[in-house]
Amino acid sequence: MPYASAGTLSSNDCLITVEPADSLVITIESIVFDAFGDQIERVIQDVCKQLKIKKMKVLVQDKGALDYTIKARLITAIHRLEGKV
Amino acid sequence: MKRSLLFIPANSPAMLQNADIFGADALIFDFEDAIHPLEKDAARDLLTHYLDRFKLNDMELIVRINDKTTPYYVDDLKRVVSLPVDTIMLPKTRYEDLIELDTLLHKLEKQSKREHPLSIIPIIEKAISLFEVEKIASHHRVTGLLLGGEDLATDLEVERSQEGTEILLARQMVIYASKAYQKDAIDTPFTDVSDQEGLIKDAMFAKSLGMTAKACIHPIQIDTIHDIFSPSEKQIAYAKRVLHAEQEANDKGLGVFSVDGKMIDKPIIERAKQVLKRVKP
Repeated sequence: MPYASAGTLSSNDCLITVEPADSLVITIESIVFDAFGDQIERVIQDVCKQLKIKKMKVLVQDKGALDYTIKARLITAIHRLEGKV
Repeated sequence: MKRSLLFIPANSPAMLQNADIFGADALIFDFEDAIHPLEKDAARDLLTHYLDRFKLNDMELIVRINDKTTPYYVDDLKRVVSLPVDTIMLPKTRYEDLIELDTLLHKLEKQSKREHPLSIIPIIEKAISLFEVEKIASHHRVTGLLLGGEDLATDLEVERSQEGTEILLARQMVIYASKAYQKDAIDTPFTDVSDQEGLIKDAMFAKSLGMTAKACIHPIQIDTIHDIFSPSEKQIAYAKRVLHAEQEANDKGLGVFSVDGKMIDKPIIERAKQVLKRVKP
């Protein structure tokens, strides 16, 4: 199964891994999950909606990334995946 | 007037988020050497969303793209044209590269309906570029020249030294070309960030030759660069006295006048104006 990643596990960043799936499945591992888990999920949902993506597995390994970083890393990962499938 | 230009790797959220708090006069978001070849796409995406989220005022925003021999050049350009930045920094510039870039930018700026044309700061870092530096400085998009000491040393097959003897001629050629066309003469970064004394010596020497600014690779270098490339209180006070005396002489219809017992002529008046132009409001 092809997959693609973008980002890093450094502080203020996140590593996002995406792969094809039958529905949109979002998994979030975050050092600030209790406070920001919902917000991270919302960013992922918004980007997928914007790009009209309804089926994809998204794993977010977050190290305190701000919204703009999560958005950018997801977009890069999706474009990388598009180049593979 | 720029004094300091700080390099920021465009793929580092931690560096980007703090980029505007260090007080540099200009930021250079780097797509080139600081970014691994496999991460160029990620750097473009991250910078795009960073600039969309954070509004940076009061500083020139520059993007150092990859040079035209790389497979990243066109993608970098297409992205930069869509960003709210002022200037493209072009590595390893030859005059023909500049002409080609200008043509490409015309096309891309028209397509993207960009309001303000991008300026260009060429990096002079090849021996061959020094033979074209006057033509490069004269180009209408060019606002300044950056000397790239490290790559130039590699091209010359010499080691970089603290004294900088090996790049003295290049420094002077960049300065003369910049001054001839009233562009910024930007000195090469001092790469040993732990050596403040070395930075002071290097920056003072560059300023004494005529450099007007210095690029830097770490925020710790900014204050030192500002201290050295800003006019001193004494210089500012003297410049103000010269311009005041000139005004008085003009009002009285006098052709010649003096300040502190010294005759003042046109070059001194011009220098006074230059000093005051370099004072940050």
